[in-house]
Amino acid sequence: MGKTLVEKIWDAHVVKSDDGFPDILYIDTHFIHEVTSPQAFDGLRNRGLPVFRPAQTIATADHNVPTIDQHLPIKEELSRYQVDMLTKNCAEFGVELYGLGHPFQGIVHVIGPELGITLPGSTIVCGDSHTSTHGAFGCIAFGIGTSQVEQVMATQCLLQQKPKTMKIEVNGKLGQGVSAKDIILYIIAQISAAGGTGYFIEYAGSAIESLSMEARMTICNMSIEMGARGGLIAPDQITFDYVEGREFSPKGEEWEKALAKWKLLYSDADASFDEILVFDAADIEPMITYGTNPGMGMGISENIPSTESQITSEQPSYQKALTYMGIEGDTPLLGKPIDYVFIGSCTNSRMEDLREVAEFVKGRQKAENVTVWIVPGSKQIEQQAIAEGLDKVFEAAGFHLREPGCSACLGMNEDKIPAGKYCVSTSNRNFEGRQGPNSRTFLASPLTAAAAAITGRVTDVRQLLNEDIHA
Amino acid sequence: MKKFEKLTSAIVPLPIENIDTDQIIPARFLKATTREGFGENLFCDWRYDEQKNKRPEFVLNNPLYNGKILVAGKNFGCGSSREHAAWAIQDYGFNVVISSFFADIFKGNALNNGLLPIQVSDEFLISIFKAVEQDPATELIIDLEQQTVTLTATGAQENFEINPYKKSCLINGYDDIDFILNQKEAIEVFERKAD
Repeated sequence: MGKTLVEKIWDAHVVKSDDGFPDILYIDTHFIHEVTSPQAFDGLRNRGLPVFRPAQTIATADHNVPTIDQHLPIKEELSRYQVDMLTKNCAEFGVELYGLGHPFQGIVHVIGPELGITLPGSTIVCGDSHTSTHGAFGCIAFGIGTSQVEQVMATQCLLQQKPKTMKIEVNGKLGQGVSAKDIILYIIAQISAAGGTGYFIEYAGSAIESLSMEARMTICNMSIEMGARGGLIAPDQITFDYVEGREFSPKGEEWEKALAKWKLLYSDADASFDEILVFDAADIEPMITYGTNPGMGMGISENIPSTESQITSEQPSYQKALTYMGIEGDTPLLGKPIDYVFIGSCTNSRMEDLREVAEFVKGRQKAENVTVWIVPGSKQIEQQAIAEGLDKVFEAAGFHLREPGCSACLGMNEDKIPAGKYCVSTSNRNFEGRQGPNSRTFLASPLTAAAAAITGRVTDVRQLLNEDIHA
Repeated sequence: MKKFEKLTSAIVPLPIENIDTDQIIPARFLKATTREGFGENLFCDWRYDEQKNKRPEFVLNNPLYNGKILVAGKNFGCGSSREHAAWAIQDYGFNVVISSFFADIFKGNALNNGLLPIQVSDEFLISIFKAVEQDPATELIIDLEQQTVTLTATGAQENFEINPYKKSCLINGYDDIDFILNQKEAIEVFERKAD
């Protein structure tokens, strides 16, 4: 019997496997950030332990940083304290930090791949649920809690049960205006916000294989939104081309050796998955969420499902979500006026996202009633966007290119959506108050978000794509 | 970690599905650098209005409901990996969370802090909600050793699953780091082989 890709990588990282105990899993790379690490460093201090493998630990400041005037001291006292604490901890324990002001600083899940730290076949953890992003490279990558951050710092290992495996195939060609974000929002809407719990998901099929690395990261990023710890895609030539030549990726002879190993990273033809789902790319239209979990999503042309159409026991929670969002069942979202557009987060803040949005808004103007924030995923992306003149394109359209960080995805810094306001967001969560107390979030792709910015309403981007603005 | 002992307690019902960690503890409270004090802001936006006045309709503000057991709808703890969610629930005074389904990371975080997540069947969950609706003083007995949860009023009982290793950690008050630190030699052997 063959092995799945997850099993191959998992088995290669098991230090010890005893009956009745979880496996001791070796972790190749540990990313840390300012929010979920301070208590872990304290734990090490209390136990009198060093960071066991500091060279395999990389830190950045992202969750809690301002996205304007990053060269100035952070105004908000608690945020400043937390970011300073990371700096002190990294210095004390000998951990490399790409903090504010560093040319490599950025959202942890953006900089790992960008710097060539994220490599196929490796095990990667971080105290952040969107660690699943790195799975796009064919890694076992998953989010952990702070006690586990401490555990990995102390031992470079984690006690983990081997997960169940699920394969999700998406076959065929994507329609106009449909992107990776729409694929993953579609899958989550199909299987619900809990449908992947307990599984590691391997995405496959011709629609997935044709995607760029950046698009694959968008898909794997949101695996956690259906409850899966991780999602991954078998590495191929697209992966190798992306990794080659990056700051920290292997070079010369090391590269050749690595490449030979990476080419063996696929699920065997006779491998058995605990669950297999198959979708057709042609069924996917631009997607948008209407509710307060990422499973509450629909095609942009559809009507919001009615409360009565839900299972009886779930109707109160469902109605609570619609009431919170200020919307009604059996009505469309198309045409709904919105207030903010946020283009950013570890889901959609990479170069391709920014280029796609810039290309679309060139020659267009944002609606007066809308505020648009574009927050790049890293300092390198910000610099590249400026070098390509995208900042000028955004400015001309009335958009604002800010500095890198997690920003309005979770509203830990000043970038909060005000109470009651609607935001079309390229981020990953539409939970109550996620983007600020009582804020209301519609999750969508960068293109759909950009279209909403132009019209000031929830819009089917395909209508604008077919319009010739230069005529 | 504190040892988990047999518990008889009243319950606090929260019959809502998909309660995510942003509801349990909103991100703006994650700026603290210690583990203590998160209970104050547990379910903050459901518990208080914008002026920080208590919302009387929310169960934590209802003096009828007390106890060390939180009972919630399915897919409890979905969303972010923030351990602060488990810390907040524990800091508020809960020792047990019962639901018909837990998100993975939350469940792990809870266990790593001695907060016991108990998964029961949909039917048993409904029977708990019904019992507490009829009598807010309804009590549950949680026996980790026997892996049972019992409604005292009716004697209705259900068994629950827990990983045997995690069970012994909770009963003895050990954590994963205590365990894994003893395996340093095996880890170093593994590293040499991998090179």
